[in-house]
Parts: sequence; C-alpha cells; structure tokens
Amino acid sequence: MKRSVAIIGVGQSPFYRKCGMSVRELCFMGFQEAMIGLSLKPNQIDASIVCSAPEYDKQRSPASIIADYLGITPGPSFNVEALCASSSLGVRVAYTLIESGLHEVVAVIGFQKMSELSSHEAAERMVRGGDVQWESPFGVTMPAYFGMIASAHMAKYGTTPEQLGKIRVKSAIYGELNEKAIFRKKINLDEILSSDMVTTPLKKLDCCANADGAAVVILGSGGVAKKIADKPVWILGLGGATRSNALADRQSFTSIPVSVEAVKMAYEMAGLGPEDVDVAEVHDCFTIAEIVAYEDCRFAKPGEGERLIEEKQTYLGGKIPINLDGGLLSKGHPIGATGASQIRTIVKQLRGEAGQTQVEGGRIGLVHNLGGPGVYAYITILGRD
Amino acid sequence: MGLESFGTVSFTSETKAADFVRYLEAGEVKTTQCQRCGKIYFPPRMDCQACSFSEMEWIEIKELGELVAFSTIMYGPTGFENEVPYTIAVIRLANGVQIFGRIGKKIPFSEIQVGMKLKVSAIKLSSGRVSFEFQPSDQ
Repeated sequence: MKRSVAIIGVGQSPFYRKCGMSVRELCFMGFQEAMIGLSLKPNQIDASIVCSAPEYDKQRSPASIIADYLGITPGPSFNVEALCASSSLGVRVAYTLIESGLHEVVAVIGFQKMSELSSHEAAERMVRGGDVQWESPFGVTMPAYFGMIASAHMAKYGTTPEQLGKIRVKSAIYGELNEKAIFRKKINLDEILSSDMVTTPLKKLDCCANADGAAVVILGSGGVAKKIADKPVWILGLGGATRSNALADRQSFTSIPVSVEAVKMAYEMAGLGPEDVDVAEVHDCFTIAEIVAYEDCRFAKPGEGERLIEEKQTYLGGKIPINLDGGLLSKGHPIGATGASQIRTIVKQLRGEAGQTQVEGGRIGLVHNLGGPGVYAYITILGRD
Repeated sequence: MGLESFGTVSFTSETKAADFVRYLEAGEVKTTQCQRCGKIYFPPRMDCQACSFSEMEWIEIKELGELVAFSTIMYGPTGFENEVPYTIAVIRLANGVQIFGRIGKKIPFSEIQVGMKLKVSAIKLSSGRVSFEFQPSDQ
C-alpha cells in the first residue's frame, strides 16, 4: 500500500445553531486544534484550500481573508466546492498537490456559517439545489429528495419508519458523548416516530439541522509527516464521482449511484475491501441516507442495511461501528465543514484518541461524504502505521 | 420566450428547448430525440450528450410510466408555501426514460404507491402558468 501523503493534524470548532462569531474566527478555532502538538508554524504551510458552499457566504472569495487570519499566507489559497462534500474534495485536491511534489504541507479548511442567512433566504436557496431549469419549478426540497429515496427503499426492501428511527436513536447515544455536537441528549424511538412529518416518509427527527462550524485537516508529504507529527495517519484510498442535480437521470433510487462508484474507486486504490474497514463515518444527513450508505459502502448487501442497525452491528462493539461521533444528525451539518469533521473523527479513532467511543485496535477507517442528494460523493480511506 | 411561464416559480428563462413550453400551452407534453443516434431525452435538450450532435426532433410522450419514487412535501420552499402538501415524483417509461414532476391532486395521498401506472398530462395552473403533472392512467 502506498503511503505518500499523511494527515498530520485535525481540528474542529464546536458546531452551533448560531455561533455568534465571524467566519474567520470560527475557522481559527478549527485550525487551533489541528495545530496542537505539531512541529509546524502557520507560515510553514505551503498552501490552503478553503471549502464552503458559496451561496451561504457573505464574503466574496473568502479564501484570502481566512488564510490571512490563520497566518498561512503568502502561499496559494483557493476555494473548492462540492456542496456538502466540499472539504472531502478539498482533501482530495490537497493529496494531488502533495503527491505531485508541488507542496509539502497543505491545510484544508472547511466551514459554513448557515445562520448568516435568514430562514427565508435559506428556503429560497434550498429550492435551487435541484436542476433550476427543470426540477426547481415543481418546488423541490433537499429533504424531499431523500424522502423519494426512502420511498423506493421501503417499497423494494420493506424498510420501516422504525428502522429509520433506530438510526437516530444510535446517533443520539453517540451525540451525547461528543462535546462538539449541537444535540447532546438521548432520544427514544417514540419521540422520533411522533415528531412532525417534514416530507414523507421523513419526520423532523429523521433530518439533520443547519449549523455553523469549521473543521480543518492538515496534510503532509511522506518525507515531512513524521518530523511534524507523532502519529500521522495515511491516505490509502480516494474515490470521487459526479451526477447531474436532476434526479430523473438516476438509474437507481434504492442506492446512490455516485456513492457506489466512488466507493469502488477508493477500495481499488487502497487494495482493500469493506471487510478490512474497522470504523467508518457515513453521510447521515437523513436517517435513510445512513442505511443506504451501509449498502453503498458494501458493509451490507443491497436491502440488508436495515439489518445492521436492527442487530446494532454499527454500534461500538458491533461488526462495523459507524458514526461514533453522532454523525450529521447529532453534530449538525455546516455544509463545507462536514467532510473535514468526519475525517477528524476517523483520524482520532486511528490515533487511539477517541475516548469513550474508541474502537480498540482500529487500523483502517473509511469516510463517506455526499454532496447534495447524490450529486457528488467523495470517499477517503485512511490507515495508521 | 423561454421557461418564464413554466411551473409554479421559474428560476431561469432562456433555453434552446423553449418549444417545450409552447407545446404545454397547446396541451401536449413533448420531449426531444437525437436525429443522429436516436437517444431520447427527458427533460428535453437540444444537444446530444451521447454523440455531441445538435439536431433534435420533438416527439410526444404518450406511454404510461411507472412510479419509481415519491415524497409528499409538508413544508414548501419560498414561493411554494401556499401549495403544500404536494407530491414530487419520478416515473419511468417503458423505454427507460424517466420524468420528474408532481403527482396531480386527483390521486389521494393515501393511494400513491411505488409501482403504480401514471400518465403525463399538460396542465394550466390557476396563475395562468403552464406545467405538467402525473395523473391516473384510466383517465
């Protein structure tokens, strides 16, 4: 297995419903944690990749302001965007910059301050997440796209609202333990099933919440990683795939085709399979998305994702522990920060720093990050020495 | 004229496929087929992604489709608040072409299920704008 690019630092701000600080200050909190214990000064970072969905930003081209505030100028700094998968794409771009030999150390800074918009402005932008020519005029919403996927999964495999609810029950158990999460309280199945219907068959507690937050990943070349960090975690596999925003282009509604494709690429690059993965983070923007991700990442066969949650195989101590940080459902989902936050969780697991949720002896971790309702998928497979 | 009178709220107007709206006004739902490779598209487009050719023919959609996925929206985005609840859906035609749209309110919400057969019909909205919707197959 090739070990040429390592993650040497990870950090994140707490995630908030409303953070009460500026975007640059939010990013600084994530950066500060990522730099702890590193033999590295900010101005020794060669380049920075700033990841956010620009429709939520007040600042035009925020990369320069953020790079300056963190002290990582004068190297190149630029924005990459892939909706909710922006910072996983950022890590992919950082890998190429280092693997090519152009840079030794690159910082990926994911953020979103979604409270910057009024709820009216947020609702107006939401409908434009669909194909604006042909689908938005029908009044689409992001939850409804996942509601459609749930309807197809239920019809084909008999998935039930109770099984969806059990995803949220698990999320809340681990969310309670994550000091950076917004929602830190256990929830019982009855509360979930009796919460308001948002878009059939998804109820309020099947859905994640908008959030403010930042998360940072610092990467280094094989040549410098061990000089800068005690416990570098290596990038073993990367996968990425894209589909139109238009849902009518999908050949499958019971899986997310970009996930299936990106997962295949990442396993092939790493020379690994699902049986090798010790711990994973998957994109649970809605409860149904986690069940479909179990199948798309091949932790379960198509139609058997619900069995993993029924049997608690994705809990700590199960066959494949998943979203032990509470996932997007408990942490909140500040779009541009989410991928980097997921990667942070897996890096801490592989370093043995995950505290009460530590998977003992974990060597290989996988991060699954979606953009939109399966418009983009980016997969990152990580391993320790 | 382009897409400015299409759907509840339109977000763009100019497109080479604007004849779609003229056909809706005439009560027809049409889409495009590549004259070189024969690929049929929905939504209509005037440039073929399969062979990069740009000569398309308009063809009418007459066949029934099967409901593949749907969701009934209880909280609408800006501009759609007064229409809730409404159901968005994808149907698949026998030739594999899929259409995204809404299920008409003639079908009670409780009777909507994956696998049911639906037809596509052009409609006029109360605002005077035009659209299409999925309707019961027996009408």
